[in-house]
Amino acid sequence: MSSDPRMERRARKRSQAVTLDEIFGTEQADKRFGSFDRRLFRRLMGYVKPYRRKLYVAIVLMAISNAAMVAVPNLVGVAIDVIGGGIAPGGDVAAATRTLAFVLIGIGAATIIELFTNRARLYILAEMGTRVIVDIRVGLFRHLQSLSIRFYDNYKVGRLISRIMGDVSVLQDFVTWSIVGTARSLFTLLFIVVSLYWRNATLATLVLLVLPVMAILTRMWSARAREAWREIRRRIAIINGYLNETVTGVRVIKSFARESVNEETFDWLNRRHLEATLYAAKLAAFFFPTVDALGTCAVAIVVLYAALAKDNTLTPGDLTAFVLLVERFFEPIRELSRRYNQLLATMAASERIFELLDLEPEIKDAPDAYEMPPIEGHVEFDDVWFGYDPEKLVLKGISLDVPAGTTVALVGETGAGKSSMINLVGRFYDIQSGQIRIDGHDISKVTKASLRDQMGVVLQETFLFSGSIADNIRYGRLDASDEEVVEAARTVGAHDFIVALPEGYDTQVGERGVNLSVGQRQLIAFARALLADPRILILDEATSSVDTETEMAIQHAIERLLADRTSIVIAHRLSTVVNADQIAVVDDGRIVERGTHEELIEARGAYFKLYTMQWASMTDAA
Amino acid sequence: MKDRVRITMRLLSYLSPYKLRVVGAYGAMGVVTLLNMVMPALLGWVVDIGLTPLAERTAEMVEIPDWIPLDATVEAFALSADRSFLIAAAAALVAVAIVRAFFAFWLIYLASWLGQVTSYDIRNQYFRHVQHLSFGFHDRSQTGDLMSRAIGDILKVRMFLGEGLIEALNIPVLFFFVAVVLFRMDPHLAVIGLSPLVVLAVVTLRFGQVIEPRFKLVQDQEGVISARAQENFSGMRVVKTFAREPWETERFQEANETFLQRRIRVIASFADYFPTMNAIVAFAMVLVLWFGGRGVLAGDVTLGTLVSFSFYIVLLASPTQNLGFLVNRAGEAVAAGRRLFEILDTKSDIVERPDAIELPTIRGEVAFDHVTFNYGDRDVLHDVTFQVEPNMIVALFGPTGSGKSTVVNLIPRFYDVRDGAVLIDGHDVRDVTIDSLRRQIATVHQDTFLFSATIRDNIAYGRLDADEDAVIAAAKAARAHEFILELPDGYDTLIGERGVNLSGGQRQRIAIARALLMEPRILVLDDATSAVDTETEHQIQEALAELMAGRTTFIIAQRLLTLKRADLILVMDGGRIVERGTHEELVAEGGLYARIYDLQLRDQERMAQAAGAVGTAGQTATGGASSPEAGGGAPSRAHGSSDEAGGGSTT
Repeated sequence: MSSDPRMERRARKRSQAVTLDEIFGTEQADKRFGSFDRRLFRRLMGYVKPYRRKLYVAIVLMAISNAAMVAVPNLVGVAIDVIGGGIAPGGDVAAATRTLAFVLIGIGAATIIELFTNRARLYILAEMGTRVIVDIRVGLFRHLQSLSIRFYDNYKVGRLISRIMGDVSVLQDFVTWSIVGTARSLFTLLFIVVSLYWRNATLATLVLLVLPVMAILTRMWSARAREAWREIRRRIAIINGYLNETVTGVRVIKSFARESVNEETFDWLNRRHLEATLYAAKLAAFFFPTVDALGTCAVAIVVLYAALAKDNTLTPGDLTAFVLLVERFFEPIRELSRRYNQLLATMAASERIFELLDLEPEIKDAPDAYEMPPIEGHVEFDDVWFGYDPEKLVLKGISLDVPAGTTVALVGETGAGKSSMINLVGRFYDIQSGQIRIDGHDISKVTKASLRDQMGVVLQETFLFSGSIADNIRYGRLDASDEEVVEAARTVGAHDFIVALPEGYDTQVGERGVNLSVGQRQLIAFARALLADPRILILDEATSSVDTETEMAIQHAIERLLADRTSIVIAHRLSTVVNADQIAVVDDGRIVERGTHEELIEARGAYFKLYTMQWASMTDAA
Repeated sequence: MKDRVRITMRLLSYLSPYKLRVVGAYGAMGVVTLLNMVMPALLGWVVDIGLTPLAERTAEMVEIPDWIPLDATVEAFALSADRSFLIAAAAALVAVAIVRAFFAFWLIYLASWLGQVTSYDIRNQYFRHVQHLSFGFHDRSQTGDLMSRAIGDILKVRMFLGEGLIEALNIPVLFFFVAVVLFRMDPHLAVIGLSPLVVLAVVTLRFGQVIEPRFKLVQDQEGVISARAQENFSGMRVVKTFAREPWETERFQEANETFLQRRIRVIASFADYFPTMNAIVAFAMVLVLWFGGRGVLAGDVTLGTLVSFSFYIVLLASPTQNLGFLVNRAGEAVAAGRRLFEILDTKSDIVERPDAIELPTIRGEVAFDHVTFNYGDRDVLHDVTFQVEPNMIVALFGPTGSGKSTVVNLIPRFYDVRDGAVLIDGHDVRDVTIDSLRRQIATVHQDTFLFSATIRDNIAYGRLDADEDAVIAAAKAARAHEFILELPDGYDTLIGERGVNLSGGQRQRIAIARALLMEPRILVLDDATSAVDTETEHQIQEALAELMAGRTTFIIAQRLLTLKRADLILVMDGGRIVERGTHEELVAEGGLYARIYDLQLRDQERMAQAAGAVGTAGQTATGGASSPEAGGGAPSRAHGSSDEAGGGSTT
């Protein structure tokens, strides 16, 4: 702003903040508005169709209440004129009183009609709008469940949440309020115009001159306000992102003594947000008083007309009715403008939702898929070729035979293809060529549910759902009794620490629950898998360091878990590798060596090299 | 109650630097309200003077106010007095409209200005304070909670200090003005017309009370739905492996059904109250027209009075309908203010002494002198004493929870000791300024935290004045330069949420470069194993070696290799140093260290026995110091292997 030496620092900070913009600028803010698309609109209305009867009823009710609403100012005008007639020369006071009573009863009746029709309409809309939204949201959720893991690899959870919450709530406003709201505003305008003309055509025309000015002003304003609000949202998102990062990274900040620099940056971001909000405030401060002023000008036109009309036909009742009607005139115009913006936002939101709904599940049961019968657990990889991207193969001709009830340990460097192998057994991805068979059944020919029901998977990162510990263990088998849950925990050695927790098995875990250590979480995951009692177990051993006692517990638990079932393990623990029935060394998508620990050590090949480099030099000492 | 008043006053105090603007905003509000009073009055006169033929007028009715230039208008337009009056009235209306628009502009602008600027101040204050609060505070608090105070609560306070307060005050002011005018016109009619509005005010207040908790229920349920979806998406692998999709969908549907019921209830309360409020206004109108109309017919009041009376009622109706919301908002703002002040009033545990000195450039001698520390009521360190010479490598070793992290956290004074002292080059850390202390100590944490910024900004995080060459030199030393150049934008590559995802090993090396650039005299490392491939591991080890050279280094040690390299190992258990010495000394001692060492190496021993003479091959495979214990395996016990390796690495 000024030319002091701070300029440069300011400029530097500016560039820094621009980067921050890029980082935090929310996707929603970027794409909040779309354009009208008939096809999208039809599809959206398809969700309303099951409730169309309700919608029609709501529209009829709305028309009635609108007519009643507009009738009131008209009747007030009539009442004023009745009173005026009573005091005019030759007026009949008694008759006027009687007529006045009738007119006022009319107003009362109109009010009551409006009251009840409005109420009924709101009830119907609440029910209809929310049902439609629940239909859409649950439908979307159900569809998302059917999408494959590959989809979740690429689509960030935050984005999905903004679809299923943010975008759906944009639709919610549209479905609940906009459809009928638009009709309502149009009706109101129509009724008012009719009333004005019915009272005094010339004057009505004069007053309506304000209308185009009003409409143009509203359009101009709403375009700018929309931009301004978008900017505000963007900037507040940056601020919140920065604050969030500061809170989560506060330990690093303190170690590097960065507080004062961060304060300056924050102040700068905060100021930018302030500037944006003040601009929007200016727009609002200009627009709303101007609209009010235009309304008053319309009243001035009425008064001026009374002064200048050749024959003074304007009655006090006309004046009153006109003023009351003109006052109600501007709200529907503003409302229509709002609805239009909402329509555009709805278009954009529904486009994003439909995009998701249109994604075909990649892994589908074959049309003639059959239920896999209870299996023994004989797993065969038969010349399997696979790549997440078909262009980039990760597995290049894997063949492996795992007899039922045995354990195979997969070892190899990061990125060799071990994880891909275990992902394929549960058919989380489809292979490019070759075959994976379980007890002779090609896994692509059986239903996914019957396949996965007989498999258990324990991943490196233990994911626990929020809920009690018992709930989490029971996730493995929903109908398991409490005794069975406890038994599973006991078997993996988790029982002792669980009962030591304040609420035992009812202790809440997950985001809002107690903090469990990495080792404890793993033990719970083991119990969960054990309860499911799968014929085939897939285990991706975690590498995180745990203390000696926990390490012992985990080793013991793994032993129990692997017993009596076919197990495929990505092994990081030496004990697991040594105890395995066979070890497969994976390198660059191929199995380069296979055998027992002793055999492979004897062979002095890839396994031996891997062992000496990896375990020997890196084993935890704590 | 007293508490509420106190919080309200404190919130209002944020307005005090902007007194002039407060006066401006409230002044503008007064003017606008007064000008709003003009139109109903004018319309009454229009009816009585302009629209009623002269012949019908009774003398006392013709009370044309002095300020209307009737005579001039009559002359100018050559019209009758009543028509001239109408022209004047129209002109007056336009004039009022323009002047009112001018003041309304300032009213609206200043009102939001006050809200925005105070929230800007509060936000800055909040940020400064949260950043200032100690580790102890951040250990206890949750990110989500701190964020929701910053987002939601500041917003609520803003609406209150800005538009809310002015609108809320506007209602009694308007009510007072209107009441005065109406009572002067006709006290009976005033009572009749105003009493339904009082009822209306009560109804809206009641509405505010009903709707708020219901709204909250809907919002809570939206939170439940969102959390459920989030959890499902994040745990999709688990969901799919247990084939729980149908069950998950069912649960999601249930949450949505609850939402459905709650939202319907909210809208139902709207449906119950809003049309009723409109009806009350209409009822007031009917009363005024009936009693007022009979008064007019009886000749007690003029028709114009009745008309302007009606318009005053209309004028009052819509602000009154807002009353419930405004009162709610004020209540919310007080609650929000309480939550904000809770944080702002939290004192940092770490306070710089007023006479703290700048710590001069240190040599790097660290001493713990009978240090005792407790965390809440849990004792963490008991009487810890040790002394470290400059440039030594100190390994801290022991089970989880033994106090290792606490020891290293006390050196940069992230926490304060309860008893004893932490001394650096003989200075008690509490006697020096926090900045000068921490700038000479760098920490590489176990979970590498990088900021959403470019790689360059992340490396230069501790030293903003570092030039390009220094950044690159640090990256090279940290073995990060090469992979950085392979990234799309090199050093300008954005990392974090919206940028490139780096692997664990890459992140670690950037954190090492960041620490290197600080050129710290004292270094704190958390030496955790993470899943990286052998090559990366090797590079990280090289980078760390570079980082440790010529500095006093504290390592929370996990690896044997590190332990062997250390000049001093402090073995910790239950908050005490139970053993100290070099690797060989400790193994020979046969205490806790030796026991853990045995236990953890049992596997490798078995392995080594099975493999026979593995030693030579091991050393050729990895070379140098990176595989000493494999080399030492031999058929004997671990002690033997350590002797050999120890000899290789400690000299």
